[in-house]
Amino acid sequence: MAEKVTIIIDGQKISATAGEMLLRAALDNGIYIPHLCAGGEETGHPPASCRLCFVEVEGRPAPVPACTLPVTEGLVIQTRSERVDGLVAAGFELLMSNHRLDCKNCPANGSCELQRIAKARKLRLKPKNLPVLDKNLPVDDSVPGIIYDPNKCVLCGRCVRACRRSGSGVLGFTRRGYQRVVTTFGDSTLAESGCTGCKECARACPVGALSQTD
Amino acid sequence: MIISELSIILQWGDDMKLTEEEKRIAAETTRQILFQCNDSRGNLIPVLQRVQDKLGYVPPVAMEEVAAHFQVPPVDVYGVITFYNQFRLTPPGKRQVKICMGTACHMRGAHIIQDSWERRLNIKVGETTEDREYSLERVACVGCCTMAPVVVINEEVHGKITPTRVDGLIFSHQLDKKKEQQNTKEGDATSE
Repeated sequence: MAEKVTIIIDGQKISATAGEMLLRAALDNGIYIPHLCAGGEETGHPPASCRLCFVEVEGRPAPVPACTLPVTEGLVIQTRSERVDGLVAAGFELLMSNHRLDCKNCPANGSCELQRIAKARKLRLKPKNLPVLDKNLPVDDSVPGIIYDPNKCVLCGRCVRACRRSGSGVLGFTRRGYQRVVTTFGDSTLAESGCTGCKECARACPVGALSQTD
Repeated sequence: MIISELSIILQWGDDMKLTEEEKRIAAETTRQILFQCNDSRGNLIPVLQRVQDKLGYVPPVAMEEVAAHFQVPPVDVYGVITFYNQFRLTPPGKRQVKICMGTACHMRGAHIIQDSWERRLNIKVGETTEDREYSLERVACVGCCTMAPVVVINEEVHGKITPTRVDGLIFSHQLDKKKEQQNTKEGDATSE
């Protein structure tokens, strides 16, 4: 059994397992830190690509992402500060600038991680300072029970890892920059790609880009 | 406000147009290259570069062979190929048209030149025409900014390009081709 350590988050004493990632420890103790790429039950090193889980660590000059910070004895954390809020607001606005907003008709409405972050940090869903970039890619509903709308994808990679863990491993990242997209070999439809329809990707998706139909 | 509708260029359609012979050669060449190296993932990009050196492009069959060798999902190899500009998915055309997109050319309307090539050849950047005569590419500065906007066809540099000049270039290529055909015909006639 791993050693227990005590850390302080926002003045609250918390007991956590040494070496566990700070984000996990905070979430397990009911302290919410915004996050997208570090998914639910995923183990292993997170990609740290969403840049939303920044926290202030006492003794460190700049905010650090909580998902890659191993817990050590006596760690003192502030989940909010001016700098943290600034970083999260900027990152969130960038994510929202190419996420197709259609909450009313979205299957994730109510369970969407973006809505949750916006509510928790009092951010706007619609970007204020950035123009919206609509990728306008076709929606894929070729596999029964799964709808993939790449225009809503925030590139967190949870579906890609879920597909490799429990599915057939057909999903992956391709291209780069604005064109970066989660797709299959040769951009074929899911049905042609060898997808088994296990729906693990849809369960992993935090934003309703991949969703299940019943 | 939607400022641009960014559509991903699907460079895949050409797969259908590869002949069985080309696919067979591609698979065989790839296997020969893979035979000489181990399956450590660090070899992935060098192998893909060698495939492109040999074939001029990296077709899907080659990617599948490579993926099987390195024991990664084929979509990962496809991800690498689409990430780096140095790889092409379609066979290069007989005339490779490179449109300069450097700062000077950009300011002098390189996008308009790109549009006119795309419209005249009926292909998008990164693609090859069906008859394999032309392929279209965007490149960064080619180093002769005073001549902007610049287009390089194979090794030949053309400066101060306008949409009319694009039409002119294509027309002169057609004339060249006709002359060539006549010459070979005459050549055949005299040899008989």
